[in-house]
Amino acid sequence: MSSDDAISVKGLYKSYGDLKVLRGIDFNVKRGTVLALLGPNGAGKTTTIRILSTLLAPDSGQALVNGYDVVKQDGEARGSIGLTGQYAAVDGYLTGEENLFMIGRLYRLSKAEATSRTQELLKQFDLVKASKRVVKTYSGGMRRRLDLAMSLIASPPIIFLDEPTTGLDPRSRLAMWGMIEKLVQGGTTILLTTQYMDEADRLANEIVVIDDGQVIAEGTADQLKAKVGADRLELTISEKSDFAAAQKALASKQLKSDLERRILSLATKAGVGELKQMLQRLEAAKIEVESIELRRPTLDDVFLSLTGHGATKTKAKGAKK
Amino acid sequence: MNKTLSPSFWWAISDTWVMAKRSIMHIIRSLDQVASLILFPVMFMLLNRYVLGGAIHTGNIDYANYLFAGILVQTLAFGANTTTINIAADLKEGIVDRFRSLPMANSALVTGHIAADLVRNIISGIIIIAIGFAVGFRPNADFREWLMVIGLALLFTLAISWLSAILGLVVKSLEAAQWMGFVVIFPLTFISSAFVPTSTMPAGLRAFAVNQPLTHVINALRSWLVGTPMGDNAWLAVVWCIAIIIISVPLTTWLFKRRASR
Repeated sequence: MSSDDAISVKGLYKSYGDLKVLRGIDFNVKRGTVLALLGPNGAGKTTTIRILSTLLAPDSGQALVNGYDVVKQDGEARGSIGLTGQYAAVDGYLTGEENLFMIGRLYRLSKAEATSRTQELLKQFDLVKASKRVVKTYSGGMRRRLDLAMSLIASPPIIFLDEPTTGLDPRSRLAMWGMIEKLVQGGTTILLTTQYMDEADRLANEIVVIDDGQVIAEGTADQLKAKVGADRLELTISEKSDFAAAQKALASKQLKSDLERRILSLATKAGVGELKQMLQRLEAAKIEVESIELRRPTLDDVFLSLTGHGATKTKAKGAKK
Repeated sequence: MNKTLSPSFWWAISDTWVMAKRSIMHIIRSLDQVASLILFPVMFMLLNRYVLGGAIHTGNIDYANYLFAGILVQTLAFGANTTTINIAADLKEGIVDRFRSLPMANSALVTGHIAADLVRNIISGIIIIAIGFAVGFRPNADFREWLMVIGLALLFTLAISWLSAILGLVVKSLEAAQWMGFVVIFPLTFISSAFVPTSTMPAGLRAFAVNQPLTHVINALRSWLVGTPMGDNAWLAVVWCIAIIIISVPLTTWLFKRRASR
């Protein structure tokens, strides 16, 4: 671990009986950056977060959080982190204000500090009006906001967010993204898990794709997209009867054909030069092209091509490693 | 920032206080829970006193006086069942994960519930004494004896709260936590000297009844309150309670770690 890593994970294994949940996870998170753990349900994202937040001991491997070993120095590690889990961990019988103050005191803030941080966070998270109401009466979005505020009360340098926007409506989701971005501007290191590609794309500096307890890819969003093959050129052929001839004219191994929709697509690097060449070939073969589209790969494409099959598990990726 | 990371003894006290305040807020915000807890003992007091009492012979002591110590202990035991329910409820929610990810003393969650139990049982104890007086309970205890009653009642509450904490950590569901109270507390209070003298029970049952901790606690309280013979009951009651606490505390800590880290 280099000193500018806030989180360092090495060879993490965890099994429940025969079920191997983590099968050797490695990654590092640089200070002040956002790393997204991207993967389908059951990939091992939450288990990883639970180990890093000292809730769960790994079977083997090492994890350092703010330089502290999460097993041997769990107390120090806990003092450095804030955790926002998948379900809002708030006390329904207390008011929003009481919830925040209580957590502040348990982080060992003085009464004065806990009080002033409580008021700051209520303002920041737009909960001032609801602050004296018991949390049972809060909406889902408000509970999530309070939950995040509670993990920030002691201004920990590292925040874990386990699927922070799962189950939120689009507006609350955007608001949550905004708050996360603000945190990063303030220098907080964030490790978040998500199933949503657009979320990872928007928030994360670095993405680690995990599936079936293993890291199957990592890099920036752009690097991952590049892995899938850069941009794709999609040509729609006017007449179905011309389709076979068009395939022949373009003659390329990477050519993907979709006869039903009359689409031929090809990974492309340069763009314009290649496009010209392709059109010339088709013209020479007297084939009419209905439309041309340049498609940039999305993270969904990345995910599909890496796991072979969206959110459902396949046996293939074991061999890929 | 004020962060003492190795949790010292005083921080553990502070954490316990914060958690106890939380549990006490729960009591205040759900008074119906306290009401329903005290409903059973009150019902028992009235039914025993007026329906069954006439047929129960308690020697030269009036049944209303005999009954009260048993009802008081039953009240305290039902009160402790809240600890079982509240711990089971906490474990169901994500909030235990939150607490465990904080640099707080891990034991504070359980000790907080138990501290709140003390508060709750003091409230329901006062209520049940008042109702007792209303139905003819006339203690002859002096000041010193009242102090002994209060002391043993609190010690018993602590002991039974720790036991209830263990149940809360063991049960799989909230419903089970609720039923656990009845399944454990009903037989224990009935097979004791709470409502009838143990001398009328069949031999096997009597052997259990006279030797189980609730009987010692009830007999000791009864002796202080209305002057029945004390025998060995006082010190046996204290030994039982302390033994239960000594065994339950480490067991609870161990169970909590095991249960929560899954």
